[in-house]
Order: sequence, then structure tokens, then C-alpha cells
Amino acid sequence: MTAHTAEKLAYMANQIARNLVHDDKPVAAVADHIVSFWTPRMIDTLIAQGSAGLDPVAAEALARLADGRVPAPQTRATDPQVHGSDAG
Amino acid sequence: MGYERQADFGTPEVRSDTEVTCFIDGREVTVPSGTTVMRAAALTGGSIPKLCATDNLKQFGSCRLCLVEIDGMRGTPASCTTPVVEGMKVHTQTPRLQKLRKGVMELYISDHPLDCLTCSANNDCELQDQAAAVGLRDVRYGYEGDNHLGAMPDVSNPYFDFDPSKCIVCSRCVRACDEVQGTLALTIDGRGFGSKVSAGLTSDSFLSSECVSCGACVQACPTATLQEKAVKEIGKPERAVVTTCAYCGVGCTFRAEMRGEQLVRMVPWKDGKANRGHSCVKGRFAWGYAQHQERILSPMIRESIDQPWREVSWEEALTYAASQINRIRDTYGRNALGGITSSRCTNEETFLVQKLIRAGFGTNNVDTCARVCHSPTGYGLKTTFGTSAGTQDFDSVEDSDVILVIGANPTDGHPVFASRMKRRLRQGAKLIVIDPRRTDLVRSPHIEADYHLPLRPGTNVAILTAIAHVIVTEGLANEAFIRERCDWDEYQHWAEFVAAERNSPEFLSPVIGVDAEAIRGAARLFATGGNGAIYYGLGVTEHSQGSSTVMAIANLAMATGNIGRRGVGVNPLRGQNNVQGACDMGSFPHELSGYRHVSDKATRDLFEAEWGVPIDPEPGLRIPNMLDAATDGQFKAIYIQGEDILQSDPDTKHVAAGLAAMECVIVHDLFLNETANYAHVFLPGSTFLEKNGTFTNAERRIQPVRKVMEPLNGYEDWQVTQELARAIGLDWNYTHPSEIMDEIARLTPTFAGVNYKRLDAEGSLQWPVNDTAPDGSPIMHIDGFVRGKGKFVVTDYVPTDERTGPRFPLLLTTGRILSQYNVGAQTRRTANTVWHPEDVLEIHPTDADNRGLKSGDWVKLASRSGETTLRALVTDRVAPGVVYTTFHHPATQANVVTTDYSDWATNCPEYKVTAVQITPSNGPTDWQEDYEAQASRSRRIVGHDSAMEPAE
Repeated sequence: MTAHTAEKLAYMANQIARNLVHDDKPVAAVADHIVSFWTPRMIDTLIAQGSAGLDPVAAEALARLADGRVPAPQTRATDPQVHGSDAG
Repeated sequence: MGYERQADFGTPEVRSDTEVTCFIDGREVTVPSGTTVMRAAALTGGSIPKLCATDNLKQFGSCRLCLVEIDGMRGTPASCTTPVVEGMKVHTQTPRLQKLRKGVMELYISDHPLDCLTCSANNDCELQDQAAAVGLRDVRYGYEGDNHLGAMPDVSNPYFDFDPSKCIVCSRCVRACDEVQGTLALTIDGRGFGSKVSAGLTSDSFLSSECVSCGACVQACPTATLQEKAVKEIGKPERAVVTTCAYCGVGCTFRAEMRGEQLVRMVPWKDGKANRGHSCVKGRFAWGYAQHQERILSPMIRESIDQPWREVSWEEALTYAASQINRIRDTYGRNALGGITSSRCTNEETFLVQKLIRAGFGTNNVDTCARVCHSPTGYGLKTTFGTSAGTQDFDSVEDSDVILVIGANPTDGHPVFASRMKRRLRQGAKLIVIDPRRTDLVRSPHIEADYHLPLRPGTNVAILTAIAHVIVTEGLANEAFIRERCDWDEYQHWAEFVAAERNSPEFLSPVIGVDAEAIRGAARLFATGGNGAIYYGLGVTEHSQGSSTVMAIANLAMATGNIGRRGVGVNPLRGQNNVQGACDMGSFPHELSGYRHVSDKATRDLFEAEWGVPIDPEPGLRIPNMLDAATDGQFKAIYIQGEDILQSDPDTKHVAAGLAAMECVIVHDLFLNETANYAHVFLPGSTFLEKNGTFTNAERRIQPVRKVMEPLNGYEDWQVTQELARAIGLDWNYTHPSEIMDEIARLTPTFAGVNYKRLDAEGSLQWPVNDTAPDGSPIMHIDGFVRGKGKFVVTDYVPTDERTGPRFPLLLTTGRILSQYNVGAQTRRTANTVWHPEDVLEIHPTDADNRGLKSGDWVKLASRSGETTLRALVTDRVAPGVVYTTFHHPATQANVVTTDYSDWATNCPEYKVTAVQITPSNGPTDWQEDYEAQASRSRRIVGHDSAMEPAE
């Protein structure tokens, strides 16, 4: 893993946090988003980097994921159960 | 079918709630009120002679050939302009009429060459047909008087000729240009005997005029006056096959008119529900790439990219590819493999590629070009509406009262739909354009936007929130709709957010760069002007807040009650022909077909039972993640079908580094594209003319693609993928794409009712097609959102991190042009290059003056990512501080300057905002020269001239 990739993942997590900050539960929303769209290796890489350079919301979301606390789906875009999205 | 002209009922269909019954030569017929006598007669199977009438143009009444007699009426009225009334008794064939018609025809023929036997329209000419129909036997006037027989033809257009010596001045071409295309490039110049069709000014030819070569005039011409060059060269077609165009997301239906295995012409099919008989220069004429000499027809392999290609048998190529895939999986694990499906290929082919990756490679590392175009549409609309697609059909625009176009340039990108939109605008609908650039739609003949808001690139969310602010704070929201269809609490939370002073037009105006009062005016118009429809394109999605912008658009539509009926809705104008389908078919790394997440066990169970293998429950890598993983040494092999990521994806140097780091790149394409410079296996692809399948257009319309000729490379693309699957040990035995569609329908609830039999019978189906909507869904969310309540999402404006500064003071935004398509792999190999031989940089006169630049000068375009050179075009279409270019030509490689910033939710690249500097230049940059040299080396093929070493 290059420093460039780790830096990029941190940037992505911060960007997600900045855009979900108005959510009811921003930390859960960020964690949910990352789990839904990132590969486990990407998540592990970012966790391994530690929280340096991470937005506080992103850092807390990563900490939750590091503890194995995967949140319930927070939006329809990430919810396969309630809105299984067979309508697209 | 054989080659019969499509039926022409003379005048357009009339929509009416009432009907009338009349009698045509004694035959009783009931038609909608307002239907003409001519059309009613045609509907009974009769045929009234006509020349100036055709059913995709309004009646004109000039040729005097369609005269009829009607009981109780005096004279001989023209049947094309006379509406039927209840009980009317019409006589279409009487001695009196025959005499009159023959007299009219004599006058036409007295000034028309009598060269029918050698004319290229022989036996395919309405004038000839009508002369026969009226029984013309001689011309009493002789041929000695003044005439136009010596008029010189205009052969300037690369695709069709204009021969005025054969023109009967019926005005059909002029009316087609006005009514169907809406360009108004043609006119009748002069009066009486001197009347002649003219393209633009007297000094203009067709090529130099404003003609956009849509072909509507050629299609409308009843003689050989306007005719395809290909017909002149090849001759009259002998059979026709109805199929779907493979260019943009409009999905036009065409008749491919054939002579043996040779395509003679593509003629828009009037029954096509997306295009209603219209076409653009690409679909109509730019199909020559299918037989282009640069097409690669033999499979090729090489161990490393510095070697020349070696042509091999299909068996050797597939065996080699499979051995590499198996080796890499055994060495590095299944997640070192991946693939990219093609938005240009069929649903069935796309489905097979993602199946190969998931079931064969054993990984979810599959993505598609929607990653770089409309992935934010999927995320944004799914979050707000619960669905991942546009809400309307194209016909819906006929009922729109206010059309808001944001980040789209439909006259260039989606020209056939644009013509339909322009028709509605000419009828009086209002128009709001939000675009940094003054697109053609802003001001064109008989159309002028009520508001053009030329925002600063990157401020979409800010302007949409400011519009929402006006709607909420001025009490213009449709609260009844919101209470009924949406989550009220979420609405209130959102309304409170947008109503904050920091979201007012006055506060945000300096950020957006648009006058606050104009924003207020546009907001009021959209909220109060009647049916409001929003159309958007990549100018919305390709930003760091692309998904937020899509949600802001959805918020606006819900807040104003513009969802769930004709004339309204949220309409993403999808880029490629089957990008909607590629998304539907499970091309994204986190979801299976029908947008169901891989973590959902019930969905996985369904696929595992059908495919007999386990499906990974974790999401795979997106394209940019694959490239990052490749440079990190973790991603080693990729199968790319019909996609040229080196040219189309951002930050070219990074893409090249990622590809170069892989051990096996398999490119399956028509040509040695730019990506193939880094490939080890090349599998020749087939064109849309050579395969069966389906495409799904931007209105969710699934349409048949039919094989009109045998594949030059020997196989349809789905067959190649199947052979690759077999080579790695999968037991696939599809014998026809219909079997793949049956599997899709079994596994995808939205496609449950789709099969080839129905598609053949009904022409097309719009998903969802299931028990709830057995006939498909032209318009969605009619009585409420398909799934639950509409969700308002707070979309806070977060400025992009790509900022201008002293080194890079200008903002570059990119787009496309009418005559070229995407990376140009197809259109650059046609005569369309006459209109756009190279990418140019549009720059405002002020910025040009500051740099001492004039149009035509070479300029260096530099960003933090890279630099390239191209020629400048000085124009006030772009605002000061903004520059614009297209990305159709590999010599320019505009994406060498775009950055790796991307949408926060989907990683859709931020193509539309790059901080740049422009300086005068003498020619190509070192990078461009190095790139060209590498590309040239990489394309060598053993045994071909280009592979030979230069002589000492």
C-alpha cells in the first residue's frame, strides 16, 4: 500500500463525512456508507493508518468499524432490506 | 422484412377525446376528431395522390395533387387540409379528379428530368409513383421552355447530395428542418418560377450552412433531390431490419436498409417510441466505422506491452487469456482480478461480463463507465425517490410548461430528444438553462431561454439550494403534494435548512457568479409556471458533489409537486446508448442486477442457486480503486469490454500507471483503442449491426438490437465472453441472447415480465415490467413513490477542493459536440471529422486578450495533473475565467489535465472543474510526443508493415 493510496482513502472518508454531517446520525451514516461501497481491504487499510488527518466524524466512524460495530443502513441507497430496490 | 417504404398516412396523427365517422369511397371509417380526409383515406387502405404531404410534417396544402370531391361541398378541396366531419362522404377517385391531378402532374414533370431509368431514386421515388398513380402519359407543354434542369448539384455534405434540377419545391425539406429538427437552416429562396431550396445564405453550401446533417430533409424529400450518397453509390436497398442505434442514450429506432451484407442507409423508424421518426448526424450517417479498415478482426496476444502484437487463433487467444487469469488468481488471489462492462454493448453482453467476473473470477471487482458519468444519478435518485432512474418517458416533454435544463447540452449530446424539446419550446413552454456556457439551447431560432444562469463551475448545489430557498421562503412549495407523497418531518427539516439566510440567492450570489434577482426569477417561474420538468446531464453528476446535486434536483421536483404525471419529473439524460442498461444489469461492484446490494443474503441466494457458485457478500473495487490497487501491486488482471478507460477516465497518467502495473490486460473492442496500448490480449469485438440483444435507453426503454449482418470478426460479443468463461472452466451454453434475457428476468424483479417474444410484439418495454406494472412503466411514481415516501435530503454546499489560484487561475470544464461521440473511437472513423477534426479550447475574449491569444493559436493547457496543447477558439460562449474543451481526440487527451477529485458518494470523477492556466504554445507538449511514440510502438503487429523496423 502506497502512501498515495492511504492518503486518498483518508481524503475520501473526510469527503463523505463533510457531505453527511447534516444527517441525523452522521457517524453511523459515514460508517454505513463506507461499509456499503468500499472493499474490506480499503477499510482495513484506512483503519491501519490511524485517525491522523481524519475529520472527527470520519475518525469516529472508522473507529466503530474497527470495533466491528457495523451500523444499520442509514439511507435507501444503502438499505437492501427495507428498500430492496427492485424498482431500481 | 423486404424493402417496402414505411406506410405514410399523409398527415400527422391527431389526439382527440372525440371521434367522427365518415365514408371514403363508400368505406366507413371512424377517426379522432380533427383527422384529415387524407389520413382517414389512408387508414381505410386507400391512397390519395400527394407530393407535399407526409405524416411527420404538418399539412401544407401546396401541391394540389390530393384534391377530392365531398358530397355537399363545392369545388375540389385538398384532402390534406380538410378535416373529416361526422357523416362526410368523400370521393377520392373520379374522372374529374383524375383530369385535375393529371394536369398538375404535367406541370411538375415539364420541369423535371426524364432520366428515371438512370436516376438513383428509380423505383424509390414518390414523384415517379404519383405520376403512375394519376396515369400521366404525356406532357403537353413540352420541355423547351425555361426550366431548372441545368441547375448544379451541391455535393458539399459528406453524406448526402442536393440536386436542385430534380427539386419540385414541395417544401418538405424546409418544413422538416423547421418542424422536426428545429434548426431552421433551410428556406425557399425567391418566388414563383425562381423559387428554390436554399441552405442559409446564397453564398452557403449545405456544409457551410447551419445544417446539422440530421437527415430529416433527406428523409422528407419525395424525389432524388436530397439523397444519401451511399444510395447513389450502392443502389436501392433490398431488405430492411428494424434495430436500435448504438450512439447516445436517446435510443433511436432505425431501419437498417441493406443490400446483401452491405448497409446502404439507416432511416429513422417512425414507430420508434424514443425518436418518433427522427435522427441525428451520428445515428443516421456515422456508421462507416463498422467497416473501417482499422477494425481488428483477428485475436492477438503478447507477453509484454513492449512487444508487437501477434495474431493468433481464437482458441490460442482464449487459452492464453484463461491461463493468465488462472495463474494470477492462484498467485495473488481472486481479488487481484476484475473487469469492466460496456455501456455500448447489449444488456445481455453486460450481464454476462459481470456474471463472468462474479461467478468465474470469484470477485465483485466489476464496474462500468457509469462510474464516470451517471453513478451519482443512481445514488441520488435511489436515496430520494427509492429508484435509480429517470421518472419520465420522452413523450412527456410534450406536456411540459417550464423546462429546466441544468448541466446538459441536449442539442449536442442528445440531439433527437433536443429536437422534441425545442418543438415544445416553440409552442410556448418556458425555459431555464443553468450552465456555465451559453449552449445552443439558450438562444436559437424561435427559442430564447427565459433565464440563462451562467454559474461558476462547481456551484450546482449552491444555486439549487438558493432556488429552493426562494420557493420555500416565498410560500411557493406545493405542501399538499409534499404532505401526501413525502415524509413531512424530513421536508420540514430540509425547508428549515434551505430557508436559512446563508442559502439565499443574495448571500450565495458572489459564490455562484449569477445575479440574485435572476435566481429568484427562475425559482418563481419554475414553481409557478405549470408543469415543471428538470433535465440534466453530466454537468450535474461529474462534480465532487454530483450525488448531492442529483438529490437537490429531486428535492426541487418534490417541493414543487413535479413528480408522477406527464410533463414533469426528473430526467437524467444518459450518455451512452446502454448506460442505463449496464447499470440495471448489475455492473456496479456493490450490487447485483436490479440494484440489489451484494450484502443482501436473499438476493445472493437467488443468484447462487441459479449460477451454482457462492457470491462474495462484500463490495468490490470501483474503477479508480482498481487503478489505485494496481499501482499498489494488489490488482493484476482486468477484462475490459467496449470501454477505453485510458482516454475517457480522468488523470490519464494515473490510468496509464495502473494499467502498466497489471500483468494481464484483456481488451475486447473493435479497434486498438488507447487502453489497448497497455493490453496483453486483444479480443476483436462486434458492432451493434452484427449482434442480437437489447439496449435500455434513458427513459428505461428496453429495445431490441437486431443482427443485420454477420460479425466480421466471426462472433457476437456475448459469444466471445462465453468462450472466455468456458476457457476458465465455466459450463456456459447459451445459444441465443434471448436465453440470457430469460435468466435476467428470472433473477431481476424489475425485468420479470421482459422476454424477446414480447419485445418483438410490442417494440419496446419500459421497466419495471412486473406483476404491478405488466405493461411497463412509461412514467414512474404516479400515485405515490414506488417505494415508500419521497425523502428530502439536506444538501449542504461543500466547495470543491479544486480551486483556482495564481498558478492556475482559470476553470476548465469539458463537454461534447454534436458530430463526435464520447472518445471518438467510432465517429473519428467516419466523415464526421469534417465538422470537428480536433478538440479546441474555448476561451473568453478577455482571457484571450490578457494572454495575447487569438482563434487558431496553439495554446498550452496546464493543470496540477498535467498539460497538453490544442488550438484556441476565442468566444464569449464561455464566461470570463472559464475555458471549455471536448475530449473526442486522443491527440489532445484532455483528460491528462483533469484531476482525481471525485464525487463524495460514488467516486464519479470531477471532470467539470479543473483549475488551469493557458499560455501560448508552439506545438505538442513533450508528454503528447512521448504518448504518441508509445502508442505507435504499442500498435505494431507482427507481419504488418507497421511492425517492421525502420531501415538503417
